[in-house]
Amino acid sequence: MTKVILPELGENILKAIVSYWYFQEGETVQEKDDLVEITTDKSTFNLPSPCSGIVREIFFREGDSVNIGETLAVIEDKE
Amino acid sequence: MCDLGLVDFKYSWQIQHDLFNRVKDGSLHGALVICRHNPVITLGRLAKKNNILAKEEELSSMGVPVYQIERGGDVTYHGPGQITAYPIFNLQYIKKDIHYYLRQLEDVIMGMLNEFGVTGTRYRGYTGVWIKPSEAEKVTQENEHSLCKIASIGIAIKNWITFHGLSINIKKFDLAMFNLIRPCGMNIKVTCLEDIAKQDIEMDLIKKILVQKFKENFKIKAIMEQ
Repeated sequence: MTKVILPELGENILKAIVSYWYFQEGETVQEKDDLVEITTDKSTFNLPSPCSGIVREIFFREGDSVNIGETLAVIEDKE
Repeated sequence: MCDLGLVDFKYSWQIQHDLFNRVKDGSLHGALVICRHNPVITLGRLAKKNNILAKEEELSSMGVPVYQIERGGDVTYHGPGQITAYPIFNLQYIKKDIHYYLRQLEDVIMGMLNEFGVTGTRYRGYTGVWIKPSEAEKVTQENEHSLCKIASIGIAIKNWITFHGLSINIKKFDLAMFNLIRPCGMNIKVTCLEDIAKQDIEMDLIKKILVQKFKENFKIKAIMEQ
């Protein structure tokens, strides 16, 4: 399993809002596909999938606030 | 640098996506799109539709389309009295920091305004560039809300490559169009450079200065015109 973690986005940015999931739980994603879009201040930021596999669990829904470093989802790596 | 002139928003949106793909595949280092728009309303990703105050029929009869787009921020209006700039920059070559990039865009705008003797200011927590009601007046916590907005920023980033960007209100004639919306989802006043600088301003001069400020702030050696 690979964790999808909200990375550092910049100085003074401590959290962001999940604005759009490109994939849902159970769907297959390829490495570098846009996985989730997050919004902070006047910016949207697309987080790509760190690996290919199946999206096993999503921990934050659209509209939820997430802290930097928190796990957004886990992906079951493709063997 | 692409100067598109006066165009429909949809066309510039497509151009941005084309240039984004070229920056992503490495065939282009970066790009700066500058244009003016025919009247249009755009909604950012988390925008509330009730921040459009005009009725759908009213917008339709005025020929003002509404687009839901992938930038951050709420609702905004674009029109021919503004200059809009869309930097397609790879932040991996600049700094992978959204906060830094937004502040740089504000610096570009404030630098441009300064060339006309106008002092733009930041309004903490509210990205964009603002004008104090009286430049002599000291902004305090109490009167912060009396600031007028002169420039808006709304961006999107994929693979650390930016698109969408900034718009600056230059001309007076379409300021009233902001009454169609609640700009940025806030009850704020908007203003324009001509009103503050008390002079007629040529758009070509604005474009030239804006490009220069981008070069200075982002340490760009050369910008080719296309």
